[in-house]
Amino acid sequence: MNPAQTFRVASRALLRNKMRSFLTTLGVIIGVAAVIAMVAIGEGAKARVMDSFASMGSNLLIVMSGTTTRGGAFGGFGSMPTLTWDDLKAIQAEVPTVRNAVAIMQTTTQVLSEDQNWTTMVVGSAPEFFEVRDWPLARGSGFSQSDVEGGNKVVVLGQTVVDKLFGSYADPVGQSVRIKNVPFQVIGVLSKKGQSQMGQDNDDTLIIPQTTFQAKIRGGLQKYIQGIIMVSAVSSDDTPRAQTQITDLLRDRHHLSVDADNDFSIRNLTELASAMQAGVSTLTTLLASIAAVSLLVGGIGIMNIMLVSVTERTREIGIRMAVGAKPRHILAQFLVEALVLSVSGGMIGVGLGLFAGQRLASAFGWPMLIRLDIVLISVVFSAVVGVVFGLYPARKASRLDPIDALRFE
Amino acid sequence: MRKGIAMTAPEAILRFENITKIYQMGDVSVPALQEVSLTVTAGDFVAVMGASGSGKSTLMNILGCLDRPTSGRYFLGDQDVSSLDRNALAEIRNHTIGFVFQNFNLLNRTTALENVELPLLYGGVPNRERQTRAREALERVGLGDRIRHYSNQMSGGQQQRVAIARALVSRPKIILADEPTGNLDSRTSLEIMALLQDLDQTGITVIIVTHSPEVAAYVSRVLFMKDGRIISDRRQEPQKARMEAPAQPTARGESAL
Repeated sequence: MNPAQTFRVASRALLRNKMRSFLTTLGVIIGVAAVIAMVAIGEGAKARVMDSFASMGSNLLIVMSGTTTRGGAFGGFGSMPTLTWDDLKAIQAEVPTVRNAVAIMQTTTQVLSEDQNWTTMVVGSAPEFFEVRDWPLARGSGFSQSDVEGGNKVVVLGQTVVDKLFGSYADPVGQSVRIKNVPFQVIGVLSKKGQSQMGQDNDDTLIIPQTTFQAKIRGGLQKYIQGIIMVSAVSSDDTPRAQTQITDLLRDRHHLSVDADNDFSIRNLTELASAMQAGVSTLTTLLASIAAVSLLVGGIGIMNIMLVSVTERTREIGIRMAVGAKPRHILAQFLVEALVLSVSGGMIGVGLGLFAGQRLASAFGWPMLIRLDIVLISVVFSAVVGVVFGLYPARKASRLDPIDALRFE
Repeated sequence: MRKGIAMTAPEAILRFENITKIYQMGDVSVPALQEVSLTVTAGDFVAVMGASGSGKSTLMNILGCLDRPTSGRYFLGDQDVSSLDRNALAEIRNHTIGFVFQNFNLLNRTTALENVELPLLYGGVPNRERQTRAREALERVGLGDRIRHYSNQMSGGQQQRVAIARALVSRPKIILADEPTGNLDSRTSLEIMALLQDLDQTGITVIIVTHSPEVAAYVSRVLFMKDGRIISDRRQEPQKARMEAPAQPTARGESAL
């Protein structure tokens, strides 16, 4: 008997008991579907974490100024300005792994249009802001270096601010808004970015030139930056190097002795992102392992039914042996039956799992990500389940004594 | 040349030398065959008779290579098969011996053709040849028009003829039939015996087990068994089971009369 004939004989035997074959397969179907769906959801969650970090901008480092100590109480990073505008220029000019660096100052204040008002985050920065935050404009344009140098009263609005002050479909470019009673001309609108990884609304903000911010919104400290410096590295591999290079540069510029603590801090958002991703991956593995247990239970179901089937068909086995079937023919027949059950279950399970994963993903609003390797592994694993749990019944069948088998009623 | 020798001294197709079979039932040893020696020549038509428990089924099982003797030697042609392993025995059952059973033992929900193809399937005969040979075998037993019928849609006589077709499709030297007419009425029995006589005429050695003296009248050699021994072995002129040739025309001819 060649493999094709063995396969045909096995399929026909299974089709004779359609309901039973289906129920037996169901265990594997559910197991594989669960694994596929869980992994798809986990991958979706991971991708979402990635997206939210990517929405911050790419390969970001955040440099914050130092801390004050007053009577032993630390004020936290940023409470004492230690970063200067010259530090920023030095980072921009002297660190090779830095693509761009920009100062970001922010405060919350009320903004007025003709007939509406809204309290939002006012950010003072430079034209590089849009590049570092990887944030293109939807309408109009951003401000230029000359706007910064001239301290011009121009503003770029976030989408949420546009919604609140002008209505969702309005084009506010050319109109004016008042911030702290100072009129600003709207020159652009940022594209919609959605939630940050902390759940804040990224679009609830407006951006003005840093000089204007210091002059009109919050009095500056001249030499010092009253905010943070956001740095984008040349590539994600370069972020750790950029971090050490900036640290060395700033320590040097701040004249810190070897044993002195940094009077600033640098956060690597890429590291944070990969830590969060690792957490999600652990969860995915856990869910998939639980699902894999159900696959095992499905395998035991196959073994159970195959044992019943061998007993039921003892006579058939006897007939086959009497006309010349060797033990290995009988072994192959029952093994292939178990394999057909488990592999077809595996394939139906993949389909069902992908479907379920997609429904769940869309219910959670996550992207659906199919991992081909997991699909393949699931099918291969279900085949392994078929062989492992089919082997015992098949061996039992192949070892039957032909005379006993023929006499069996 | 071979045939010339066979004419003068008939070739022994199988030979038992002091075959003993003992079944172990718990602590009790039950001897089913005791020191049986037997020679069957090619083309013999043998009936084994005897009461139940006389050892005729055990004899058939060992003859058919379904079982191995406890002691003694069994030669099939020139080959000693008494100590072969399961695979080698399966091969002999596949090529050399055809079986016919009392209860037909066809596969359920399987067509006549597929039932007959079964031995060739295990013999590794290629698809097309297998179908052709199976169809020829069914035609030979007069079921050429029923090859697509399922075994459970057929009468007992037809089922037994499918079983005979299955036994002869692998062109065996020997056909063993265990009570082949036991489940059939007397007219159908006659048809089956006619078929077996036909096969015997073509040179196949046929050995049947039967209770019925009427059936035994159609064979050329009758063995009587009792308590695991052959107590008589006689040759006779067989009665002809059929006057005219093929099975179907005979049936029609009779109804016309």
